[in-house]
Amino acid sequence: MNSYALIPFLPLAAFVINILFGRRYLKENAHWVSILAVAASWVLAVSALVDVAGGNKINFDLYTWMLSGGFKVSVGFLIDQLTVVMLIVVTTCSTLIHIYSVGYMHGDSGYYRFFSYLSLFTFSMLMLVMANNFLQLYFGWEGVGLCSYFLIGYYFNKKSASDAGKKAFIVNRFGDFGFGIGIFVVFLTFGTVYYEPVFSQAAGLAGATYNFLGYDVHLMTLIALLLFCGSIGKSAQMPLHVWLPDAMEGPTPVSALIHAATMVTAGVFLVARCSPIFSLSDTALMVVALTGAITSLFAATIGLVQNDLKRIIAYSTVSQLGYMFLACGVGAYTAGIFHLYTHAFFKALLFLCAGSVMHAMGGELDIQKMGNLKKYMPVTYMTMLIASFSISGIPGLAGFFSKDEILWMAYAGESPVGKFVWAIGTVVAFLTAFYSFRLIFLTFHGKFRGTHEQEHHLHESPKSMTIPLMILCVGAVAAGWVGIPALIGENIGVHNYIAEFMKPVLGHPEGHGTHGEEMMVMLISIAVGLSGIGLAYFMYIVRPELPERLTQQFRAVHRVLFNKYYVDELYSFIIVRPAIWTAKNVLIGITDARIIEALVNGVPNAIGALSSGLRKVQTGIMQHYATIMATGILIFVAIMLMR
Amino acid sequence: MLQQLFFGYYAFIIIGLSLLVVTRKNPGHSVMWMLLLFFHIAGLYLFLNAEFIAAIQVIVYAGAILVLFLFVVLLLNLREEIALRQTVGSWPVAFFMCAILFVAVTAALGAYVQGPVGGYSIDVIQNETHAKALGKLLYTEYLFPFEIASLILLVAVVGAVVLAKRKLRS
Amino acid sequence: MVPLHWYLTLSAAVFMIGMFGFLTRRNIIIMFMSLELMLNAVNISLVSFSHYLQDMRGHILVFFVITVAAAEAAIGLAIIITLFRNKQTAHVDEMNEMKG
Repeated sequence: MNSYALIPFLPLAAFVINILFGRRYLKENAHWVSILAVAASWVLAVSALVDVAGGNKINFDLYTWMLSGGFKVSVGFLIDQLTVVMLIVVTTCSTLIHIYSVGYMHGDSGYYRFFSYLSLFTFSMLMLVMANNFLQLYFGWEGVGLCSYFLIGYYFNKKSASDAGKKAFIVNRFGDFGFGIGIFVVFLTFGTVYYEPVFSQAAGLAGATYNFLGYDVHLMTLIALLLFCGSIGKSAQMPLHVWLPDAMEGPTPVSALIHAATMVTAGVFLVARCSPIFSLSDTALMVVALTGAITSLFAATIGLVQNDLKRIIAYSTVSQLGYMFLACGVGAYTAGIFHLYTHAFFKALLFLCAGSVMHAMGGELDIQKMGNLKKYMPVTYMTMLIASFSISGIPGLAGFFSKDEILWMAYAGESPVGKFVWAIGTVVAFLTAFYSFRLIFLTFHGKFRGTHEQEHHLHESPKSMTIPLMILCVGAVAAGWVGIPALIGENIGVHNYIAEFMKPVLGHPEGHGTHGEEMMVMLISIAVGLSGIGLAYFMYIVRPELPERLTQQFRAVHRVLFNKYYVDELYSFIIVRPAIWTAKNVLIGITDARIIEALVNGVPNAIGALSSGLRKVQTGIMQHYATIMATGILIFVAIMLMR
Repeated sequence: MLQQLFFGYYAFIIIGLSLLVVTRKNPGHSVMWMLLLFFHIAGLYLFLNAEFIAAIQVIVYAGAILVLFLFVVLLLNLREEIALRQTVGSWPVAFFMCAILFVAVTAALGAYVQGPVGGYSIDVIQNETHAKALGKLLYTEYLFPFEIASLILLVAVVGAVVLAKRKLRS
Repeated sequence: MVPLHWYLTLSAAVFMIGMFGFLTRRNIIIMFMSLELMLNAVNISLVSFSHYLQDMRGHILVFFVITVAAAEAAIGLAIIITLFRNKQTAHVDEMNEMKG
């Protein structure tokens, strides 16, 4: 057996051990099992990286999962360049966040439960990224969804948390429905669900059409869009983004691991993994690009006015995920994955810093009640500042390189909507810088606005929390150095390593533009980032009364943004309330009362009537039963003779 | 002709004894008739070249099982029962049923087609002796069922003890 | 040579007598003996089949049937003793706790 098969199964083993023995025996030591398992996975993932970088492509079946006629699915692993990048992201973030959780979750009554879920999540996520067929991908996909549900609703005695868990699960159903159908269509078209034959046959079917609900549709567009449905749900894109901000009800390490660094990026991974299919359909790519662009703009504008620390970062996540889709949509899958990879570091860092702040503030999340925290928590302040610089695209930090790569590819790529999404992306870059630093300034600068007890309680977090912060901080700074664009790289003698590395899987579209244009795009993105920071500085440090005045002046706009464009209300109006109405009036009123009740009561009544007749047969005399049995035999023999 | 005569004798006695077994009032008498019946069945087995089975029939059935029956009959005091009605009310129905079933089964015999014969002809068995032939088969091909049978017997022994012993504590 | 039919008919006859006994008698011990009778009837047909098909498998089966019969007799008689101890009767129609 290939030792890489252990990468997902070690966390699974940790899950099994923790869930079985955690409550009675491990208790406060539950984290050891999980951390050791995931750290071992990390070591294996690094060795896989070395292996793949050496030119190997690992593809093996572990065992046959199901076999039915021509339909065969195995539990199998494909480890290529794309998988390896995801493996590194998942195992690194997972390991650090496991360690962070030791401090963060200390003393929680469900300590073992938390760690077993984290391990289960890591297992599912690794199964997802390492799959070599669509069905196993789907297994991992649903597995991470389930763990996400468990962990969002981790504080299950809090109603908002369990509601948020349900919301995340149900909203994801919409996307996964399309994804499931997409897999069916893949199987119907190609007769297999393995990546390799599917992707190699896809090009031959580029122009094929498919009769879907009576319409002839372009086959590849259909498959791509159905698969993209799953991405929309999992990666919280418009219009299914509503669950992610609510998912912040879960513990902060969960937000960092699942709802920032790994699970929500599974949608981007799916698009990148299916790039051979997506590339065959211009329509699908355009849809992906526009969805990404609009979502990123939409979420960024909401992020401007929110006051909940974690929700701001959550909207930022939605926005950055939109960026990744934008990149995939213009054909720059490498840029999308590159951004996924850098984003994992700085966004996990942001969340963990937020968790550290929460820890100090005793669970307080409203940034209007914070301020001047830099005095009390220097490590958290510094790391969060660096993460914010990174996300704002300050040159030299991780976020800059990936964001710039995306913007350049959008500007210079072949996509018909390229220039348009570039413009949106640039605006979003400005907004991102602004709200990120609004967060920083309100939280760490100015005067402390919380209660007196809170101020007294303020303290830096324990070592087990700050050390992962520092490690992730290194990532947030340096992760981008593997993708330095040629424009700069030529001068300092480095290559765009990640683009070269990913080329065999994702291809590498060349930008059609001059160096001058590339320089211009880069300078604009730097300029908007800096001006966003500058505006935030001006509004929240220099003239702190200004935001209030602006809010008064643009009351309507503020209200719309503050209420997240009323999307939740809209869904409540068009989906939730009709569903509840139907449930109440049709299901309870008619189906339940008339049909189910009738069945439930009618069947026992009928059986009762029948049995009170039949009980006369039950004489209690054995011979009577034996006689009836003999009659049966007689009938049987008679039938045999008749034939 | 001689064979038919022998068979006729055995068949007649077996049926007669069977009727006696099921019709006696006193279970003790039934057991005695049954003993005789089992000896006759063993004789029939000899007639069919199955001497080991015949021996087992005598040893296990007549020697063990029937003695067990006899014990029980002697253990239980059945004086009063013997004086009472011996059959359940619906015996004509049962008789009718059995008669029809007998007719049906014997009618079915007409449809019997002999399959291909196996390798254990009378000569082979005679050369090897019946017990040896049976033993070889039992300890090779049927070893697993044989072990299961031993387990069943073990369970029966334990079960019989558990069921029949008086509860000392109560 | 005695034809196989004869044996099978004999077996059927003994079986039916056993069944008749089982269906009609009130005394549980005699019912039990009828059961043994039926098992013996089956054994007869198995041995005769074995003889005519020149195959040992019938004998093997008889062997197992006797094993099971022994086990059954032991258990069954133990039950009868327990029943008699509790109900002071060997008549099955007086044991009707299971009546619906």
